[in-house]
Amino acid sequence: MSNGQRVIKGRCMKLKGKIWKFGDNINTDEIIPARYLNTSDPAELAKHCMEDADPTFPQKVQNGDIIVAGSNFGCGSSREHAPIALKAAGIACVVAGSFARIFFRNAFNMGLPILECPEIGAHVAEGDVVSISLEDGTITVAKDNTVLQAQPVPDFMQALLQDGGLMHYVKKKANL
Amino acid sequence: MAMTIVEKILAQHAGLESVRPGQLIEARVDRILANDITAPIAIRQFREAGAHKVFDRDRIILVPDHFAPNKDLASAEQCKILRDFAREHNITHYFEVGRMGIEHALLPELGLVLPGEIIIGADSHTCTHGALGAFATGVGSTDVAAAMITGELWFKVPETIRFVYSGRLKKWVSGKDLILHTIGDIGVDGALYKAMEFCGDAIDALSMEGRLTIANMAIEAGGKCGVFNPDEKTFAYLKGRTNSSYAPVYSDPGAEYCEVKHYDVSGIEPQVSFPHSPANTRPVSQAGDIAIQQAVIGSCTNGRIEDLRIAAEVLQGRKADPQVRLIVIPATQGVYQQALQEGLLEIFLQAEAAVSTPTCGPCLGGYMGILAKGESAIATTNRNFVGRMGHPESNVYLANPAVVAASAILGRISSPEEL
Repeated sequence: MSNGQRVIKGRCMKLKGKIWKFGDNINTDEIIPARYLNTSDPAELAKHCMEDADPTFPQKVQNGDIIVAGSNFGCGSSREHAPIALKAAGIACVVAGSFARIFFRNAFNMGLPILECPEIGAHVAEGDVVSISLEDGTITVAKDNTVLQAQPVPDFMQALLQDGGLMHYVKKKANL
Repeated sequence: MAMTIVEKILAQHAGLESVRPGQLIEARVDRILANDITAPIAIRQFREAGAHKVFDRDRIILVPDHFAPNKDLASAEQCKILRDFAREHNITHYFEVGRMGIEHALLPELGLVLPGEIIIGADSHTCTHGALGAFATGVGSTDVAAAMITGELWFKVPETIRFVYSGRLKKWVSGKDLILHTIGDIGVDGALYKAMEFCGDAIDALSMEGRLTIANMAIEAGGKCGVFNPDEKTFAYLKGRTNSSYAPVYSDPGAEYCEVKHYDVSGIEPQVSFPHSPANTRPVSQAGDIAIQQAVIGSCTNGRIEDLRIAAEVLQGRKADPQVRLIVIPATQGVYQQALQEGLLEIFLQAEAAVSTPTCGPCLGGYMGILAKGESAIATTNRNFVGRMGHPESNVYLANPAVVAASAILGRISSPEEL
């Protein structure tokens, strides 16, 4: 969870990246198809990230890119391979209208920043560049300087991240 | 303060008098479940944290079921990680091939889930166990790693939607049809972040198998859990399966719900979910002329003995259409054995079905029935997302065991009424 710690305490609090746009109900089988789950190796999973939603995505995606999606992103299975694959593919943040709840949990546990912002879809197109402040949840669209307000990360989740993620929190608690 | 069953269970396990929706709590968990896909990541996290001991070896359940019996070399390595960890930590409830079953069919069958408990599992269909009056929810592998060390996990208390079903079910209509109809009504995010509480006289009349099927698919509406208030059927089901004592929990009469939905079940037909969303439901009579190349009866949704009995009732004395590959997968070794004793396997074999040992296999496109490009399958499984059972350009239709059996015979999506 060192990544989660950096996100809150270090330079990654502010992100800037190019957008890939997806629709509503992007499920975990699209993020990483189950046929590749005979491994949990991040580099292997990254090769197939979003493949069933866009077969060319793994080749196109660049480090630091941002995914913008509609409602219920990450629905379906509980596989932590989904946030692992997105992170390993270079995705810096996912901004969606809403998230499926297990994906929401997993993303925080794995240190993948995510923000809920239902309005974003109407303001950006694929390829647009946005700047994101994770601290206050503001998203600035570069082309017209529109500022959107995402739902801020709940205090409890911020505290978890400040501890360096769930496993660090647990280590402290269990005196490991 | 009046509380729902979910609020009460969470409050009890957090050592609190009461809880309210939205509240963040840390709660004791009674059972922790993981499988061959999710446990390897949890075990890696457990080791990386420097942990040497699980909090309670009796409360951890490890089941290699997704790609087991090992489908390939990589799966063999994943199953081995599970097996080695189970041996190293002397895990009581590790189920090897030959004793195992699909986790969400196996646990209730063996009396490993009790009313009033909290069950977490690194598998989204962990919500199945709410059928027994427990709070059961799917989590990630890191959550499982944390809970294996401390026996606790953080939760946000969910709001609850109450689903009330009244009336008598028509012939061939089952729990599967009620949940598909409901998901079709509220959508795949209709219960996002929320608990789904199922009740009403139609639910009282439903078997435990039917309730397990309904709770199983709560996740397909985005639900955090599906739950039933325990009753005489729950207690009768548990009799002989467990010697442990348990304290059933019930929703209070004045409990607050964020929404209440009513359904008259007497007008509901068998349902079919069309590609590529479980919410894309139609009554089977409006399915149109859809040819299928594969029919799958099994999974954590519909691989229990009642499901196989219904399928056998339809298939008895008939054969699958020569254009259809019929695959029957009893969900557990126990179901397999019972189906053998009741003569159901004989009926399936006579119908020219391939009968497999328990596995999740084709449901998530693992193996034992992968679809080629352009092929269509009807299945008693739970998801029909793009590429779920194989090629990204294949189609999966979801239905109950009677409809899947009838479709296998006629080679197209059809109702048992058409036979």
